[in-house]
Amino acid sequence: MATQIEHSPEPVPAEEHPLTVRCRGVEKSFGEGQTKIRVLRGTDFDARAGEMTFLVGPSGCGKTTLISVIGGILSCESGEVDVLGSQLNRMRNSRLADFRLANFGFIFQQFNLLPALSAAENASIPLVARGESTRKAERAATELLQKLGLDGHTHKTPAQLSGGQQQRVAIARALVHQPKLLICDEPTASLDAASGRTVMELLRDVALEEQRSVIVVTHDNRIFDFADRIAHMADGVISKVEDTNQHKTRQRAGEE
Amino acid sequence: MITTALRMLLGDKTKLLGLIFGVAFSTLLICQQVSIFFGLLGRASSVVNDVREANVWVMDPSVKTIDAPFPLRDTELGRVRGVEGVAWAVPFFKSTVQVRTRGGNLETAIILGIDDATLVGVPDTFIMGSIEDLAQPDAIAVNPAGFRLLFPGSELDLGRTIEINDRRAKIVAIVDASPAFAANLSIFTRYSLATQYTNNGRNQLSFVIAKSADGEDPEAVAAAIAQQTGLKSVTSDQFRIESIMYILANTGIPVSFGTVVILGAIIGVAIVGLTFNQFIMENLKQYAALKAIGVKNTRLLAMTVAQATFVGVIGYGLGLGAAAAFFSNTSRKVDALRGFYLLPEVAIGVAIAAVVIVFLSTLLSMRRVLVVDPATVFRG
Repeated sequence: MATQIEHSPEPVPAEEHPLTVRCRGVEKSFGEGQTKIRVLRGTDFDARAGEMTFLVGPSGCGKTTLISVIGGILSCESGEVDVLGSQLNRMRNSRLADFRLANFGFIFQQFNLLPALSAAENASIPLVARGESTRKAERAATELLQKLGLDGHTHKTPAQLSGGQQQRVAIARALVHQPKLLICDEPTASLDAASGRTVMELLRDVALEEQRSVIVVTHDNRIFDFADRIAHMADGVISKVEDTNQHKTRQRAGEE
Repeated sequence: MITTALRMLLGDKTKLLGLIFGVAFSTLLICQQVSIFFGLLGRASSVVNDVREANVWVMDPSVKTIDAPFPLRDTELGRVRGVEGVAWAVPFFKSTVQVRTRGGNLETAIILGIDDATLVGVPDTFIMGSIEDLAQPDAIAVNPAGFRLLFPGSELDLGRTIEINDRRAKIVAIVDASPAFAANLSIFTRYSLATQYTNNGRNQLSFVIAKSADGEDPEAVAAAIAQQTGLKSVTSDQFRIESIMYILANTGIPVSFGTVVILGAIIGVAIVGLTFNQFIMENLKQYAALKAIGVKNTRLLAMTVAQATFVGVIGYGLGLGAAAAFFSNTSRKVDALRGFYLLPEVAIGVAIAAVVIVFLSTLLSMRRVLVVDPATVFRG
């Protein structure tokens, strides 16, 4: 199904920030027969390196399904899902898991930290999963946690941390292995306004400093000002992509 | 990731204790019951074990166990001695008697009558006294557990007298006899005295015990005796096995112990299975997150196996230690439980059972980990 995308008047030129995610005509359904629900209806979506792309829309419009497909967690029925130059829908599950571990960082709404592990241990998981020694991985995780303002909290378990601190641990876990694409699902939904903004500032500073691509699914309009682009989704398609010019503003500030 | 898996487990101390308790409880119960079972079977053949000098036992053809002899004619002894290949043959008496203790209680005892002339058939080890002392008038030897039954609270000593069927018997030796199946009190005396103590009538010869001549095969000698006398004649090893098999086939012991062992295993599987399943269910979202991050099923499976192995090893170790402590204490302090040991074979067998218990218990939980959809982490 063709998707009509309404672009903002002054889009950032594609050549400035290469595409990291390119979805075209993505279809995904759940259920069978009469209960079958078409969630993605030929969705087109792009995300670029060094940019924060927000994916917004009402509940049930397909945001979560789309990031699950982009994240290689769900497979689509048809269409192209090109992420970092690889066609995800042509990969086997085992290869997909390796690809995710090598290239993706995930931040979840509920943090999903392991309750028995310390902040440093939680944050080190992707490195340990990639075969790094526990000690080396925890050292790298501790450095990142300190950078995220959790100095002195690295040995604490999630239960001993506030919601904002837990989300920072989740950010560290998502970034510790230097992924190229960060996928965030409602990262501020469980946080108060102040903590939410702090988390987004950290996310922007740490995630974008190495030209990572960040996709944020959110309902929280208090943080829309952090977005470089906002993709509006409705009924399984991207209805509008809005350039917030944040990127240009940051770039100008950097030049000055 | 193995370290991560173990830290996850160690972080939930309540469930960890529950899991370890489940395995330890099963291990203890199975070790204890199986060891007592084998101990009882050993007791079924203890008299045969203690008669080390003889290697052939001759008896009435209807006899199936050492504990239920049927009297032979006294003349059978001579016939056995006349068989070629027999180095020597002596009479052996076995029966049960009621003995009155110092406190006035009646205790059942097994009485074993050994050859008056040679004194063959008494256990090797004398704790007090000597084999020659049995040649004295009214002389008997008893086992330590029997002595303590007769004289509760007394230290082992010699020279005390008891009454057996209104006849005087004097304790002249304490022998280290293997615990018997039928009674805790074993009395060794001369054949002639034993028949008087029991006063069972004319034919009282329970068994003829014999030794094959040097270079002769005991089985062949036993077969020759059977052929020439028409009696049942078997080697010590065969009689030992027959006595054990009789207990297995004709008592409720295997069913009783088997039931407890199976229940122990079921309880272990139930406790470990439910607790481990609960542990996995509580961490399922986290396992899904790990999958989403890119941790493969094989790695998650290894984590689960590591957790199960950790629990299994600690639980088995504690259970085995508790069982060893139980037998170490009871075999020394409780006469009724003397001779029950934790056999290495039992320890190995229970280790295999513990592996099966842990494997069965974690099977369902492992499946849950393998099939959990990583996409669930995005569903709030």
